[in-house]
Amino acid sequence: MRKSTLLILAIGLLSILFLLSVMDASLGRQDASSRIRLMQTQVREYELTDLSLFTEARYTRHLSQADGFTPFQDHPMAFEHFPSGSLVTPPALLGAPR
Amino acid sequence: MEVIQLQQLKKAFNQGRPNEFWAIRGVDLAIQPHQITVLKGPSGSGKTTLLSMIGCLSRPTSGRILLGERILSGLPERFMTEVRRSTFGFIFQQFNLIKGLTALENVMLPAYPLGPDHRQLKQKAAALLQQFGIGNKAESRVEWLSGGEAQRTAIARALINDPACLIADEPTANLDSRLSEALMQIVGELKQDGMTILLTSHDPVVYDAPVIDRVIELHDGQVIGE
Amino acid sequence: MRFFFRRQAYLIDFTLSSLARRPGKNLGLLLVYTLIVFLLASVMLFTQSLRSEASLVLAQSPEIIVQRIVAGRHALIPASYLQKMGRIRGVIGRHGRLWGYFYDPAVRANYTLMVPRERELAADEIVIGAGIARTRGLSTGDFITFRASDGSAHAFRVVDQLAAESELVSSDLILLSEASFRSFFGIPEGLYTDLVLNVRNPRELRKVAEKLTLRLPDTRPILRDEILRTYDSIFSWRQGIVFVLLVGAILAFIIFAWDKASGLSAEERKEIGVLKAIGWETTDVIRMKFWEGSIISLSAFLLGYLAAYAHVFYSSAVLFEPVLKGWAILYPEFQPLPHIDGLQLATLFFFTVFPYTVATIIPIWRAAITDPDTVMR
Repeated sequence: MRKSTLLILAIGLLSILFLLSVMDASLGRQDASSRIRLMQTQVREYELTDLSLFTEARYTRHLSQADGFTPFQDHPMAFEHFPSGSLVTPPALLGAPR
Repeated sequence: MEVIQLQQLKKAFNQGRPNEFWAIRGVDLAIQPHQITVLKGPSGSGKTTLLSMIGCLSRPTSGRILLGERILSGLPERFMTEVRRSTFGFIFQQFNLIKGLTALENVMLPAYPLGPDHRQLKQKAAALLQQFGIGNKAESRVEWLSGGEAQRTAIARALINDPACLIADEPTANLDSRLSEALMQIVGELKQDGMTILLTSHDPVVYDAPVIDRVIELHDGQVIGE
Repeated sequence: MRFFFRRQAYLIDFTLSSLARRPGKNLGLLLVYTLIVFLLASVMLFTQSLRSEASLVLAQSPEIIVQRIVAGRHALIPASYLQKMGRIRGVIGRHGRLWGYFYDPAVRANYTLMVPRERELAADEIVIGAGIARTRGLSTGDFITFRASDGSAHAFRVVDQLAAESELVSSDLILLSEASFRSFFGIPEGLYTDLVLNVRNPRELRKVAEKLTLRLPDTRPILRDEILRTYDSIFSWRQGIVFVLLVGAILAFIIFAWDKASGLSAEERKEIGVLKAIGWETTDVIRMKFWEGSIISLSAFLLGYLAAYAHVFYSSAVLFEPVLKGWAILYPEFQPLPHIDGLQLATLFFFTVFPYTVATIIPIWRAAITDPDTVMR
């Protein structure tokens, strides 16, 4: 087969997969709706305020509730919880003027 | 194919600079069609320079080149390329085949910009290789071809666009005497098909060959005899 | 038109043959290029997904949380503050919230203990999050003992487990009754961790917050809107590891493009001369080089993006887990929510394909206009 034909087929295939991925994303969102609803219910009922992504330190676990001092309290040697501390910023409200 | 006329042709390199060099110093010539013409002379005599101007690969510093009534020398780049592609077929001294490609691909290359039908082009190229006895080498990479095979691939490439005039620069420089004679045989056959052929050489096998119609002697950028 | 396509097809034929001459080098280039796109696209998809999920889920957070600050630190808040704040227009409900952290030395993990308002639990009954169940190997009916604040051992019985589907918010939760919470942590009646205010009209929130600051000067209100904004900016391109990644990727793209743009080898220049000598026009040569650049960059983009999509949404971004997990023992198992931001995708495409393609053409310009005569020499 001619080289250019091969290439066009390959790029064509990849492009179709790309379009499929976009469709898959929207389908995936629909599938996830029950899961999202469950979490929304839990957030409302248990009055949660944060995702439980970074459980190793208080100011990473409850990002939105952290005061200005907790980063320095958790461990005598740990001024920073790497890498979570570098993935999340202090919440904007701490920086806002009061 | 019409007469190629050279009028007061001059070519200088590095003009205006201290190492200015006049390769062609005023050449008047008429190359007749359907003939084999050889430009003979020692190296430095300007044969290659003259050849490249006739084949529209470079422009003269002054003077004119005409194909029949048409002036070739003053054409803009695009038209020169078109003339180069359709009228002249070039065979370089070092063959200048594109490495990494097969013989067949090399032969087809000059036709790419014309966008012909692929299957037809491929058949035509294969037929040309066959004509010169290297049909079985079509799918071989050109690096693996012998000198003679590469030579013949270069000839096939020069002919892919059905040019009216074939131009070859020192065609036997890299060949032994047996292959040189075989080459002259091919050249003779092409002349029989009506092609105009222009060669440069300082090889007696070429300029003493019986098929040659005309030998022009060059020296220091000027014609000194026939 | 048809002629145009045919011509491009021939140019592509030549380009591919030309690339195939150095298969190792060009495949290596494609691989590295694809990897970089993969990395960037993975980060982009994952962070977009988390951000969108956070904004959906946390939209149900309490409207206002009143947190007491003593000497700059979050302190327990007296129940009397519920009366002290007085009547505030717009507040339709107010109550205290109890929650805290517990460090479990057995697995070196931190748990979040909460008292749920609307779930009745008997003393010493607990509901655990799926992450805890997994880490401690617990299931419904099991017992577990923790050391309380007074040094005594408290035994709890697991009566339920929170759904694994909701791990993103509940992975490390332990729900227990108020009585258990208070006795376990030694927090007497009359103190809460913070207060929750329910406000129906979102436009009243600012006013309510203002009044609170006046009436309870040693507290600060945390609005739901601020919670959402916090999560809108996590994994932002502009800070931390993600920023380093971005800079690294941009540098890599620049290096690729620079390498291409910085000039041709003598061999390449000669080859262009040969092509022109046998009848190719300048535009043909330039177009052919353009194809060379775009074939590589377009392939790298498509391959990298598709691999990233599969990585993030079909294997839950498995390669990022060690980074995100960090020191934590508990890490939620969750399926990222598919979310594609067209603008970021277009930006990625632009930066991947454009500079490299343009860079392949730049050095050709000069070579493509020279007379093919040089080939003869």
